Amino acid sequence: MNNQDRTPRNRFHFPVGFRALIVITALGVVPGLYWAGYMTIETVNMFGRYLAFAMVALSLDLIWGYTGMLCLCQSFFFSLGGYAMGMYLAHHGGPEGIVDANGWKLPACLYVVYPYGIGESPGDAMTPWFWKPFYRLEITILLGLLLPGLMAFVVGFFVFRSRVRGVFFAVLTQALTFAAWLIFCMNDMKLCGTNGMNRFDQIAGFRLVEDRTRMALYLITVLALIAVYTLCHFVVHSRLGRVLIAIRDNETRLRFAGYQPYVFKVFVFSLSAMIAGLAGMLYTPQMGIFTPTNMEVKESILIVIWVAVGGRGTLMGPVVGALAINLLYNVLTSQREFLWLLEGGIPVSVYENLIWKPDYWPFVLGALFVGVVLFLPGGLWSVPERLIFIIRRLVSLILRTERV
Amino acid sequence: MYADPVSGPAATAGEDREDDVRSFLVYLDSVQVDFDGFLALDISSFGVREDELRVIIGPNGAGKTTLCDVISGKTLPSSGRVFFDGNDITTMPDDEIARLGVGRKFQTPTVFDSLTVFENMELSLPGKKGIWRSLLSRQSAESRDHIMSLLERVRLVTQAEKQARHLSHGQRQWLEISMLILANPRLLLIDEPAAGLTDEETALTAELFLELSTSHSMIVIEHDMSFVRRLNAPVTVLNEGKVMAEGMIDSVQKDPAVVEAYLGR
Repeated sequence: MNNQDRTPRNRFHFPVGFRALIVITALGVVPGLYWAGYMTIETVNMFGRYLAFAMVALSLDLIWGYTGMLCLCQSFFFSLGGYAMGMYLAHHGGPEGIVDANGWKLPACLYVVYPYGIGESPGDAMTPWFWKPFYRLEITILLGLLLPGLMAFVVGFFVFRSRVRGVFFAVLTQALTFAAWLIFCMNDMKLCGTNGMNRFDQIAGFRLVEDRTRMALYLITVLALIAVYTLCHFVVHSRLGRVLIAIRDNETRLRFAGYQPYVFKVFVFSLSAMIAGLAGMLYTPQMGIFTPTNMEVKESILIVIWVAVGGRGTLMGPVVGALAINLLYNVLTSQREFLWLLEGGIPVSVYENLIWKPDYWPFVLGALFVGVVLFLPGGLWSVPERLIFIIRRLVSLILRTERV
Repeated sequence: MYADPVSGPAATAGEDREDDVRSFLVYLDSVQVDFDGFLALDISSFGVREDELRVIIGPNGAGKTTLCDVISGKTLPSSGRVFFDGNDITTMPDDEIARLGVGRKFQTPTVFDSLTVFENMELSLPGKKGIWRSLLSRQSAESRDHIMSLLERVRLVTQAEKQARHLSHGQRQWLEISMLILANPRLLLIDEPAAGLTDEETALTAELFLELSTSHSMIVIEHDMSFVRRLNAPVTVLNEGKVMAEGMIDSVQKDPAVVEAYLGR
């Protein structure tokens, strides 16, 4: 028997088909519709951002779905990547010609909110040393992966070694995110405070406003997601993946089998942080701005909801969940008339309060989350499987009754 | 095995103890475990030799499981020292003790529920348990055959692809015992293996243990006297944390102190 036979994921071949469908849609249908003129570049751009979200969801699933540790600092790791790319883009954006006393380019977004000391004038603004590595794209990409990875490694090493688990880990990571958010909001940190990174113009010499740049960014995001997905697939289907699941099931028992769970946890935590950082780097140029809002604790919780709704402990679940919720968000928070059917005859004042408003979105999100947790523990990704199961049952039932 | 012919006439009391340590695979030297003033374990000297099968019995709360906890590193003794194969393992982390060759089966069967029977077994294969090895190693045909033959032995071979959560209680017991056998530790600590098994299952378990005991040291905790009789091995009786009696089951059962401890005064 080969490896496939041995791991019995008794799944119908639907997942393979669905994965192919998503890839074909992302790489073929979406660009096709754009070039045929049926889709605007803004929509393609939006899909690109949502695919970056799908990548963060995937990274959380590694640590939460597979290893069983609820992590609330995924938005922080995402933001570390986002800020890294933001600093690069800010270096190459804004009005040209602003330089500090040393002749180094002064990013426009920093120049605007520069924390001047007493007696300093705009001419005294200096680009801080920690901005300078982010002038070059290749170093930026490297740091955008390494910074979150290193952060997770250090935090994970101390936290997992001292066997902090469960809800304590969740609270600790939440506190970490909150602390980071406070720090990044401070103007004195010279990270542009609450304004964040903006005034972008070029990436690797290509202008961000141009359609072809945006399309390229979208395609790069798709390819990066496929690569990350493949990597995660490899990890969770290796013996290491089974160690991760064993940690989720019973960490103590695993120790008595001679494993050091903390080593595996540090590894998966760092890997997941690096994936989140990559997602942040892909998100920033497609969003055009990166502010500390992306780092708030509620953003982390939102990622948890994507994974839970999509289906944790599977790789497709988080991708589906992130895409589905964000598309729904997009539809429901756009100002539009859902009650156009009522128009004509009935005065508006009668149904005014029934008209959909974007403000209602959090209620939908909350209801969706509670509903999935209560009635669909496997998440959206388990729906087709369940349907197939029910249909097979019905078919076999009918066949049996006919035989009788 | 560890006989040391060089201990000359000038051997002091300390060197005598060294001798004790060396002649046993696992040795507890005046170990006490104190749970907030309650002395759960108070053993002056207890050892199991290489390839010895030892049964531990005793009334509830006698400290049987605590003894296993101390050896496997789950509980840190308040005083005293624990030796394994001549090394002091008193303060060693549990996973390191496991890698030294101490395997453990818990009182309630603990297996990894979301993994299949086969995957559970695979995790127990002896060898390096580091990150890269786990990420990159492919499983060999011979380890696969080894697992399958063991599963056949405990009648789990048809369940190999099933998630462990769907197994019956007896099957879980056996899965955990098989995982332990597969890991091939030098010392097996087995806590109540016959609990909840049918007579037939108990018989097979006893047979397995007797086979294992020819090449492994084993400490078996058990309440089921017919099972203990089947093992036909020296018995240590624990009571209130102390070693109360040692010997074969028949003589131990005639000991008035043991009868009193079991039946109450």
